[in-house]
This record gives sequence, C-alpha cells and structure tokens, in this order.
Amino acid sequence: MTWIVQNLWLIPALPLLAAGVTALLEQRHRTLAASLAIGSMVLAFFLACGAFVQTLGGHGEGHEAAKQVFNIPWFQLGSSSVMIGWVLDPLTASMLVMVTFVSTLIFIYSVGYMAHDENFTRFFTFLSLFAAAMLGIVIANSLLMLFVCWELVGLASYLLIGFWYHKPSAAAAAKKAFITTRVGDVFFFLGLLWLYAETGTLLFYDNGNGCLEQSALTKLVGQTAFAGMGLSTAIALLLFCGAIGKSGQVPLHVWLPDAMEGPTPVSALIHAATMVAAGVFLMARVFPLLGEPSSVAREVVTWVGAITAIFAALVAVAQTDIKRILAYSTVSQLGFMFIGLGAGGVAVGMFHLLTHAFFKALLFLGAGSVIHGCHDEQDIRRMGGLRKFMPVTFATYAIGMMALSGVPLLFSGFWSKDEILHSALAWSPSKIPFVLGLAGAFLTAFYMTRQMWFVFFGEPATTHAVSNSKEAGHGSTQLHGAEAHESPRLMTVPLTILAACAVLLSVVGTPAWPWLESYLNGHAAIWNLARLFESGTLVTMIVSAIVAGAGIATGWIVYSRSGATVTGLDPLAQTFPKLFRILENRFFFDELYQATVIRLTALLGLASHWMDRLVWGGVVEAVSWIMLGVAWVNRFLDENVVNGGFDGACDSVRVSSRVASRFQGGQVQAYMKVIAIGLVVLTILALWGWRS
Amino acid sequence: MSSLPLISILTLVPILGGIAILLFGAGRNIAKLIALTSCAFAALVAIALWTGFDPASKQLQFVERHLWLPSMGIEYFVGIDGLGLVMVLLAAIVVPFAIAATGEITDRPQLHFALQLFLQAGLFGSFTALNFFHWFIFWELSLIPAFFLVKLWGGPNRTSAAYQFFVYTLVGSIAMLLAFLALYAASGTFDFIKLAELSRNGTLMTSVTSKLRWPGVMPEHVPMILFAGAFLGFAVKVPVVPFHTWLPATYAEAPTSVSMVLTGAMSKMGVYGFLRLVLPIFPHEMNAALPVLMWLAVATIVASAFAALAQQDLKRIVAYSSINHLGYCLLGIFAAAKLTATGVASEFDKTAVLNGVVLQMFNHGITAAALFCFVGLIESRSGGVRSLSNFGGLRKVAPVFCGLMGITLFSSIGLPGLNGFVGEFLIFKGAFGIEKIPTAVSALGLLITAVFFLGIVQRVWSGPLASRWTTFPDLTGREKLLVAPAVAMMFVLGIYPQLLIGLFNGTMMQLTQHLTF
Repeated sequence: MTWIVQNLWLIPALPLLAAGVTALLEQRHRTLAASLAIGSMVLAFFLACGAFVQTLGGHGEGHEAAKQVFNIPWFQLGSSSVMIGWVLDPLTASMLVMVTFVSTLIFIYSVGYMAHDENFTRFFTFLSLFAAAMLGIVIANSLLMLFVCWELVGLASYLLIGFWYHKPSAAAAAKKAFITTRVGDVFFFLGLLWLYAETGTLLFYDNGNGCLEQSALTKLVGQTAFAGMGLSTAIALLLFCGAIGKSGQVPLHVWLPDAMEGPTPVSALIHAATMVAAGVFLMARVFPLLGEPSSVAREVVTWVGAITAIFAALVAVAQTDIKRILAYSTVSQLGFMFIGLGAGGVAVGMFHLLTHAFFKALLFLGAGSVIHGCHDEQDIRRMGGLRKFMPVTFATYAIGMMALSGVPLLFSGFWSKDEILHSALAWSPSKIPFVLGLAGAFLTAFYMTRQMWFVFFGEPATTHAVSNSKEAGHGSTQLHGAEAHESPRLMTVPLTILAACAVLLSVVGTPAWPWLESYLNGHAAIWNLARLFESGTLVTMIVSAIVAGAGIATGWIVYSRSGATVTGLDPLAQTFPKLFRILENRFFFDELYQATVIRLTALLGLASHWMDRLVWGGVVEAVSWIMLGVAWVNRFLDENVVNGGFDGACDSVRVSSRVASRFQGGQVQAYMKVIAIGLVVLTILALWGWRS
Repeated sequence: MSSLPLISILTLVPILGGIAILLFGAGRNIAKLIALTSCAFAALVAIALWTGFDPASKQLQFVERHLWLPSMGIEYFVGIDGLGLVMVLLAAIVVPFAIAATGEITDRPQLHFALQLFLQAGLFGSFTALNFFHWFIFWELSLIPAFFLVKLWGGPNRTSAAYQFFVYTLVGSIAMLLAFLALYAASGTFDFIKLAELSRNGTLMTSVTSKLRWPGVMPEHVPMILFAGAFLGFAVKVPVVPFHTWLPATYAEAPTSVSMVLTGAMSKMGVYGFLRLVLPIFPHEMNAALPVLMWLAVATIVASAFAALAQQDLKRIVAYSSINHLGYCLLGIFAAAKLTATGVASEFDKTAVLNGVVLQMFNHGITAAALFCFVGLIESRSGGVRSLSNFGGLRKVAPVFCGLMGITLFSSIGLPGLNGFVGEFLIFKGAFGIEKIPTAVSALGLLITAVFFLGIVQRVWSGPLASRWTTFPDLTGREKLLVAPAVAMMFVLGIYPQLLIGLFNGTMMQLTQHLTF
C-alpha cells in the first residue's frame, strides 16, 4: 500500500483543520484566514493530484484491482467494531482533483468578492468546512462515513446560504435547504440501516466482505423487500431519495433556487464542486446496487432525471434573476446526469458531472462578477450591453454559456451531453427520456441565449428605482447599467482558468478517445477515430448539434427583435401569457408545498399540542382533583381519628413536613401524610394481606 | 480495586455538603462555593471510580454489601457496572454544571444549594443501589428536593407545576413499589441481581403465578399486572406519552439550574430503571406487550416532536425535545426486549441498540443541560422574556453566544461529528434490524427535530436585529467558561465515542446475553 492511500484522509483533513483554526480566529485576522483556507486547498489539490497519478497505474488490472482501500475501526460495538475507511479508485481520484481544483479557484475568487464583508473570516471557515465535508464524501469507503460527511455538507450549506443572516429571506432559505435535503436524508438513513442490517457491514470494499462486493450483492439481489421488489432495489431507491434531496431533483428541488440567497461564490461551490454533485456521486458510488440498465432502480433514476431535466429547463426560461436562471439550469443538468447514470452508467453520468462542474462554476463566478460590476443588481432585465464594460467577464461567460448549451465540437458540455443522449437513445425500456433530454437541451440553449442577450447585448438599461437588491450586504444599491465596471483580477483570473477548462475537458471524453470512461472502468483507452462515425454516435451528435443550434437561433431571434426591457413584457409572455405565468411561478411547487406539507406539519403540531393540553391534561386534572379529595378526607381522619399517634411512628416524614410547613401552610404536610399513610397501608396489604 | 468504600463516600459527599451549607452557608456566595466544592469532591470520587473501573471485567465492581434488615431481605448493597458508572459520571458532571449556572439567588440561597446537593445524593444513590428497598429510598429522596426547588424558586405557575410533577411521579412510584413488594412476596428477595437471575431461569414468574393469589385475578395474568406497575413508575419518570404532561409544565416553570438537572440527570433515572430493572426482570412480559410498547415509543417520539413545533416558549420547546430524545431510548429498550431467534445478527442488533441507549442517555444529559443553560442565559438577559416571537437578529450583537448555542442545537438535532449522532445511529441501527416499521416511522422525529430547532436559529438569531435588543450582551468570559466544557464534550464524544462505549460495551453485551432466551 502506498503512502498516498494510507494518508488519503489528509485531503479532507487539511481544509477541516483550516476550518477549525479559522473558527477560533478573531474577525480581524482576515488575511490569515483566507491564506489558511486557500493554502490548505492548494495542498489538498496537490495531494489529490498525487492520488490521481497513483490510480493511473491501475489500468489494465481489471475493475476491482483498481480499488485500494484502508479501513480502520471507529468504535467498538459488541464483540466487533464499527468500521470506517477510505478508498482510492478512479471515481474518487477524478472527483478529488475536480473538487480541490474548482474549490481553490472559488476560494481565490471569494477573496475579491467578499472583500468588504464584515464576516470575511467566518466565511472562509464555512467554505473550508464545506470543501472538507465534500472531500470526505469522495474518499469514504463506508456508507456511514459518507453519511457523516453528507450531513456535514448539509450543515455547511446551511451556514453559507444563511451567511447574510440579517436578511430574513436568507435565514428562511438556509432553513429550507437544510430541512428539504433532510427529508431525503431520512430515507437515505433508512436505506443505510437496511443495508447494514442485511449485509452486516457498511464498508463498500473490504477484501470481498464489503457491501458492494459480490457476495453481499448476491445476497441482496436474492431477497425480496416487499411487493416483489428486490432488496437491493429497495435499498438503492432509499439511497436515491437522499440523492434527490441533495442534488435538487423533482420533487425535492425547491431548496436549490432559494439557495441563491447565499453569496455568489457559495452558489458556485454548491452548484459545481460540492453539495449537488454529492447526490450524483453517491449514486455512482453505490452503482453496483442499482443492477442492470433495465432494472427498476435504474428506471426510476432515469425517469426522475428526465422529468427534472425538462421541468427545470422550462422554468429557467421564465426567470429574470441571473442566479436563479443558473440555479434552474443546474437542476436541469443534474437531471441529465441522472439520465446518464441510469441509462448509461457511471462513466456517462460522471463525465457530465465533471464537465458541468467547471462550466457551471465559471458561469456562477461570471454571474458574480456581473453582479459585482453592476453594484449588486441581479435582475437581467436591468442589465444590458455589458460586453463593452466587462470584456473578460463577457468572453469567459460566453464560453461557459456555449459549453452549457452544447455548442458542438469545441466545448466540453457538448461531448458530455452527447454521451448522455446517446445512452438514452440506446436505453431499452423507453425512448421518452431521450426525447425529454433533447427538449431539455433545446431549452437550455434557448434560455442561455436569452440570458446572454439581456445581460451582455442590447443597450444598457438605465433604471433609477432599484427596489429589491438581493445582496444588501454590499452597500450601494443604485444601479445605472452604464456605470458597470470590470471586476478585479482576483476575480477574472479564476474565470479565465475555468473557461480554459470548459474547453479543454472535451479532450478526455470524445467518442474517438473515451479516456475518462475507460479510466473509470479501469482499463486503458484506445484511440479510434472511426468510432466518431459509427451510425448511432454520429446521428446523436448531429441531432444534438442541430438542437443546440436551433435553441440558440430561436433565442436570438425572439429576443433581439423584441428589444425587451425591464418595463416591457417578455416576448414569450406576450405570446403565451398563461404558460409563461406558470413557468414564472415555477409550476407553483412552493405554493403546493405551502398548502399541503407545511400546513399539515403545522396542523399536526397544533394537534399534538392541544392533545396534551386538553386530553392528557384533562385526565391529569381529573385525577388530581380526586387525589385532592382523598387528601382532604384523609386529613380530616388524621386530625380527628388518628390524632398524632401515627406521627411518632414515622418521624422522618414529620421532620420534613415541619420544614415544609414553614413555607407551605400545611398543604404539603397534608400530602406527606397521605403519602405516608398510603405507603404503609399498601405495604402491609401487599406483604401480609395478599399472601396466600 | 480500592479498599475504600468509594460508592458510599460518593453518596455521602453531597449529603455532608448539603448539611455544611445549611450550617455554615450564610453570607453572600458562600453557599454556592460550598456546593461547588462538594461537587468537586464528588467528581474526584467519580473519577476514582472511573479510573479504577475495569471495563473488561463483567463483574459488578466496587461492591459493598452489608446486612440491613435481614428478616425482610433488605441489604445495603451497592456496586456499579458500566451502566452505573456512566450514570454516576453524568450526575457528577450535570449537577455542578447546573450549580455553576445558577444565577443570583436572593431567596434562601442556603436551602437552594443544599437541596441541589441532596438531589445529587439521590441521583448517586439510585444509580448505585442494587437492592430495591435501598434504591427506592434514593429514588424517592431525589423527588423531594426537586419538588421544593421547583415549588420555591420556580416561575409564576410554579405551584401547580410542582404539584403536578410530584403527584404524577408519586403515583408511578407507588405502582412500582406495589409491583416490587409483590415480587418480594413471591420470591423473598429485593436484590436486583438475584431477581434478574430468577427471571432468567424462569422461576420468578412461576413463583409469582403460584404464590400470589389475588381475588378476581387469573394467576397467569399476575406477571403482566406486576410489569404494568413497574412500567408505570418508570414511564412517568422518562416520560412515555401519555404520562408526560407534567414535564413541559415542570421544566418551563423550574428555575434554569433545576431544569438542567431534571433533564440532564433525573430524566435518566427512568431510562436507567428500564435498563436495570424492567428489562432484566420482565423480558417475557415486555415481549408479550411488544407491539403496544413499540408504538408507545413511536408516539412519544413523534407526538413530542410535533408538540415542540407548536410551542413558542423556548423552555417548552427544549422540554418537548427532551421527551423526544428519550423516546429514542425507549424505542431501543423495547426493541431489545423482542424475543428473536438466537443468532449473531440479532445479538449484534441488541448490543447495538443497548449501547446506543446508554450513549444517548449520557449525550442527551450533556446537550439538554447545555440547552437549558443557554435558554436561561437568554432569559436572564431579556428580563424573563423567552418567547420565539420576542427575538430576532441577536447573532449580530452576540455572535459567540449564537455560535456555541448553535453547536448545542445541532448536537441535539443529531448532526454527525457531534455527540448526539452516534447514540441515535446505534439505536436506529439495532431497532431497525429488530422492528422495521416502528423504527422507520420514528425517523420522522429526526426530521421534525431539525425543523423546530432551526426555527429557533431563524427566529432568535437571524433576521434584522430588533431595536430593543441592541444592547443584548454576548457571553461574558465567565459564561464562556461555564459552557465551554459541555461544548467540548459534544465534539469529543461525537468524534471519539469509544471513550464512553468502551466503558459499558461489556455490560451491554452481558445484558444482551441475558435477553437471549
């Protein structure tokens, strides 16, 4: 076992340590806090690269041999122990490199973005915790450890979404994110318990004894959970509920757009490197539980992904907040990843996860730069013409936009989305996910063009009354589009690097040289240009290229002609007013939940409360009145009949009674006597009276 | 093993301390000083027990045994195993924590602190006694100081709360007393260990059914009636829904320091009783009543969580959450009583569940006491105001306060990495293996807990700062020192639970053996 495998824990431990140290720092040590956070991430990145290199050698040795594990006991339980551990395999290594790299850039960018925030130091504490928890998920070789880090990711996102806690909307969004994801987590937890109960271990890989290894899988597949459903399917679906929550899939997606209340670097982190990626990664990790491509579990995953992909793309079309559009696009793209996982497999889903991480981080940081440049304006209708004032932001944002829209050949998003569509087309149970995916791809190109047009093209909007500036933590809220300025280099350099990655990452996943797929599956990649021209591949490529082109063209035509501004209606709203209203209101999901789940919860709360006060409380009240009645009768008897003789018999009671009577006026005394008499009578009865 | 009678010394220290306060405690702060000194001595004795304890041995340790009333089978019989030790440690931690958290007492301070120490003596005594008679004295003894502490120093509705608390607990105690007297009548012993032994080899209930002849009762029903009596005693103390209505009232009216002891240590007496008496003596009866018991536990978990959601008063929220958290202990204990096929898997589940219960008891003791402490600090700053709707944005002026209370809230939510998680995980792990559906329904409690605790963060700490609180002070240095040990323990036990589990794992394995029919 090599050094890097044994010490893989250092990768999450470094940022965790940074989080711990900066948590204890006073607010004024800003530079130190940022340096610690960034320094630990850079170190973690180098270690991740080392781990990555280590896995490169594993090729050709077959699937299992590529996994190196290190397990240790956490605590003793009965005659055995509860184990945790970490695993180094291509899946872990590729995620490690991506997470550490993207996080490092976001951290650096944050130094510029958060420069004027009074809680700057605390911000880096939470960022480090976030990254550490995510890295913990990535290296975990135990579902328990994964769950622990999973919850910590939830905590960190809670703290960061609610970072501007003085805003009620941010505080509400943070709570909403935590609770909504926890709904999924409860099912995840049950899945974990079930897996533990059936296999007796939560280690993924443990020399043949792990819960994802053959013997355990055979056992799980062979059993029935209920209604004919296989046990492995039931467990996989419970775990998938956790992924639905974390990765913002329908119907638990509602928290993700609200999470935009956090500072923009947080949004970038949540949407690219950490948090939402965790759900997809979880499913990739427990992929052996899902079974064959046409199994129930994989059907559910694919369908949930497909519905989410189209749903969120539709909603994104009608949003006006630059970050909310991106948020819904993330939801939609995560749907694509799940289509990829369900229909195609780990490599397909993971490829899109990795490419998406780069260009979505780029888009969010670009949006942050725009917001920063426009003095905290987030409404795209109040922007316009920014390409002249923010050239670097414009150029990099355009690359991100094209990658997301799937512009052919040059951009990574094209290749990874193409892989997904290709596998959806080949998926035997149904072709509808493929159609939904295509429609989603079209809409993606459309709404991104719409956004580009509003923000960077057209004429600068000159609005005077800017009412609801979202990021109030930044002081000035007045905006004149014409006064926009380019962001500092601290922010534009990370943008440039991410833009380069958004292009370059294409290389690793083209059908001609599917390096990533081979790497994840543990064998060497073979260069074969001919594969590009295989009929299925070529057709999907052409279709997806046409769809992307059509989306961009439609968007351009619709918006460049209309000259839509903040005062005018969106052209779509003019043509389809009812539909647009539904989309604008996000299919009324929040309203639906407000009227059902949330109201029901509140009602159950009130019901329990009144149950306590009226029903149980009433019974107690009645009993206590009876007791008091008995007490008075006893007192009467005591004073007139027993008359002191008894008191001598139980001296101790009398002493405490006397103490009590000093401040009681006899009430407790009466009680004590009743108790004493009762005890003695009952004792006598029990010992002698009822003895046969 | 030490030759000193450490356990007797442990129980005697707070009694002597209390007497010392009553005799010499006049004058400002002297009473509190003596009380803390006494606690320090008790803690030293507890540490001596801890270091002298051999977790590998399955024997009872530090046993002291003297004849008391031999004609009635009453002995002075004390000793500890892993369970007893952990409970003693908890009482040795929570009581000084509460005393240190006590604010200025102007009304009869001597009596106040003396009663606190008597309460500690009652706790130590009942966690170490192994003979029913002797144990029952301490069980009742702890009730009396608690009653007066609520009655004399509580909030506006203290009188009704104190009586409710007293009467409720007393009814339970009498039922339990009768049950054990009947057991004595049948078996001739009050000795817990002997009773458990008799129960295990089946002779206990045979003699109960043959010896106890009650008019109008079928002999085969007698064991179940005795179980019901014992159950009621502990069910009130824990409490189990629907015997819980005394608790929110009492916790809300009691002064902060008393709430801390009530929830931190006294509520554990009920769970302890289930583990020490009910489970070993009545396993068959529990198994027969299992569906009822499991769903009572589920009702306790879920109903209390929902009720907490409807509360406005911070103290009541924490009080209901306390019921909820001990509900998990009940779930675990009841699941452990299920008659399962012998096998490695089911034994492992039972060991897990029992370890989880003890861990949860300790962790809840620390966390809930800390939570009450924080609520008390809020209350003392706000002049008695403690309704959710009265606050807002306090994090701005009191960031450290918010941070430390936040950690405590997340510990209570059961966030991994903090102490609450491991116990709940083990309980759910074991209980799910034994009884799937009730356990799955109980998981709803985990969700609702997060809702109401995050509601506190949202309504008290976040949002715009209300103008009336602009001078709300952050934690002072003294207050930081007060809560720091508790917060540190949340981290230590969350990351390294072995520290505690190592102490009682052996005891719980033995109890599992006992429950393997």
